[in-house]
Amino acid sequence: MSVFEYAPAPESRSIVTLRPHYGLFVDGEFTDGGGEPLKTVNPATEEVLGEVAVGTDADVDRAVRAARKAFTRVWGPMRPADRGKYLFRIARLLQERAREFAVLETLDNGKPITESRDVDVPLAAAHFFYHAGWADKLDHVGLGAAPRPHGVAGQVIPWNFPLLMLAWKVAPALAAGNTVVLKPAETTPLTALLFAEVCQQADLPPGVVNIVTGAGDTGRAVVEHADVDKVAFTGSTEVGKQIARAVAGTQKVLTLELGGKAANIVFDDAPVDEAVEGIVRGIFFNQGHVCCAGSRLLVQESVHDEVVAALKRRIGTLRVGDPLDKNTDVGAINSPEQLARIRELVGIGEAEGAQLWQPEGQLPDRGTWFKPTVFTDVTPAHRIARDEVFGPVLSVLTFRTPDEAVAKANNTTYGLSAGIWSEKGSRILSVANQLRAGVVWANTFNQFDPTSPFGGYKQSGYGREGGRLGLRAYLKES
Amino acid sequence: MSERIEVRKTYKLYVGGKFPRSESGRTYEVTDSRGRFVANAAWASRKDARDAVVAARGAFAGWSGATAYNRGQVLYRVAEVMEGRAAQFAAEVAAGEGLSETKARAAVDAAIDRWVWYAGWTDKLAAVLGGTNPVAGPYFDFSVPEPTGVVAVLAPQRSSLLGLVSVLAPVLATGCTAVLVSSKERPLPAITLSEVLATSDVPGGVANLLTGDAAEIGPWLAEHADVDGIDLCGAGTTAMELERSAAGTLKRVLRTTAEEPDWTADPGLSRMTPFLETKTVWHPIGV
Repeated sequence: MSVFEYAPAPESRSIVTLRPHYGLFVDGEFTDGGGEPLKTVNPATEEVLGEVAVGTDADVDRAVRAARKAFTRVWGPMRPADRGKYLFRIARLLQERAREFAVLETLDNGKPITESRDVDVPLAAAHFFYHAGWADKLDHVGLGAAPRPHGVAGQVIPWNFPLLMLAWKVAPALAAGNTVVLKPAETTPLTALLFAEVCQQADLPPGVVNIVTGAGDTGRAVVEHADVDKVAFTGSTEVGKQIARAVAGTQKVLTLELGGKAANIVFDDAPVDEAVEGIVRGIFFNQGHVCCAGSRLLVQESVHDEVVAALKRRIGTLRVGDPLDKNTDVGAINSPEQLARIRELVGIGEAEGAQLWQPEGQLPDRGTWFKPTVFTDVTPAHRIARDEVFGPVLSVLTFRTPDEAVAKANNTTYGLSAGIWSEKGSRILSVANQLRAGVVWANTFNQFDPTSPFGGYKQSGYGREGGRLGLRAYLKES
Repeated sequence: MSERIEVRKTYKLYVGGKFPRSESGRTYEVTDSRGRFVANAAWASRKDARDAVVAARGAFAGWSGATAYNRGQVLYRVAEVMEGRAAQFAAEVAAGEGLSETKARAAVDAAIDRWVWYAGWTDKLAAVLGGTNPVAGPYFDFSVPEPTGVVAVLAPQRSSLLGLVSVLAPVLATGCTAVLVSSKERPLPAITLSEVLATSDVPGGVANLLTGDAAEIGPWLAEHADVDGIDLCGAGTTAMELERSAAGTLKRVLRTTAEEPDWTADPGLSRMTPFLETKTVWHPIGV
């Protein structure tokens, strides 16, 4: 029997009604876009899920004007407690329609249903619930009495956590009193458009949330629109730099949540089985399409062989396949472009002399897939130790002393996250102090919560999302 | 009896705790507000700026790793030494900015008080900006502010002491180290402040002060890959270009305003938060 064979336990997709054509959501209504529509595809099957409108500069302008009008006339002047009530409604609607969102997310993104069901959608609802409560307490965020919203927020989000990233962006923006023009990723627009329906069901005033789908050009139009006051972007460091350049010299306020190359540091006193679970969660969660993925395993030399052997055993039991199957651990790679990027970097890893290992098992014939991959004998100079792969590819490096672990962990232009595995509390706190990373997980990995600020050091971007600090990014002193 | 001939000072840069001349050998004439010759100041070059960044990077681990209480005491010590130099500062401010003796002295007093104010912030930032996060799971989760790293500061062109102190002290209070370019036409208070810093327990390299032209050195600092943040206060018309350059390495940028701010106003946290990161740490709770 092949490792990947097992009795199927598929989640029904009948809860989702796909439409042949999806429009833009502007000023409370679905409208056509001026661009050539794009097709969104289920990466696990290559099935075309629907045609999605593409927003042109004119469409973005229409959306920004709707957002401005809603900001000036409705959302800005509204009683803060009432703004909060709309956000509570949205949180509840997301919970009510959670299964639908989860299935749709998995269809459009390729991530396992257990993950969209247990992580993405509940966290998205939690973000709205958390920020709803802030709406009438803004005097307490630390910007003095009566802080003011910026106005219109232009937000561009990635394809790895489509609904969750929407929630991270939209919930604080609205709680602070801003209105929003949001551009979802071109390969994963569907949950954002379902969210637009939720806004309608919540009777959110038209223009408060506008969703303009499309590719890079549409995003650029959102970011560069002269009447956008606040720009928030999650995505690649390369695009983040372009955006920082584009807003230079303007009054736009910018937050960026960009790439990462997190070190996951395993000390010799760490319980191996727990650490292995954390390593797996760190790099194979969401197919490694995670900016804070623990893609560099730094393992103390004395336990290297033991940890790597246990890790390979564990990876051998991971189930790669149908994302709708409730037994699936690793789903599909989101797009052929991303698959090509992963293959390219893995090829470079082999060419540079690192040792590649992949588990046994067949991948599905159709769709975009990549096996969980471990590179050993990796040196800090290897591309696979420096470049963000954004896929299920782990690079294993070693260290001897805590100082060496810290030096290697910090030897990157990124600084988003890191992990530490040790039984010794004082060591954990000491190493956590020295790591130049915005989120440090000790004896756990890839945990998120709306109360907990998330964001990077160095070229992983600036600004935080979550908690009081995340909310502050959407406010200014009065 | 003939009048005593005064001993005049050679005005130099302050880099890594030392007072070098510009490696370029360049100086420029500094005049008072009426155009009378005052001094030849060192005209810092690109290489001087790079040396200063190296010094600031080298000092970062020690300065950021010091306890907040220690940093607070060191910075308070700076104010103490400034107080002893108040007359010298006042004379330089009066000459450079064309202020009356009374107004110049008021600016010096405000500058010293501002420094004391920032000295007191070092061990309060974590409580005000950080805290524990009540996450929905069995984890102890806390966030703390940490200094960004090396910050380039283009000091204001007009307010040569109060403005200078108001941009330098916040950077040092956060635990960052600084490479500062002084007002071009009014550099003397920056040089005197360097002498204060050198004699008040601030480790060498923590603050590096260059006299010269922000328009010339600014672009190198904005591009420099080992500079983590930049305050564009004194950048003038070059600010937009510098912000663009800074995007290449995603520096933290504190933008400038068309007019210099009212330096006597309470600055709040506005000049510190741009150069603070937030680190969030998760740790499981269990037995």
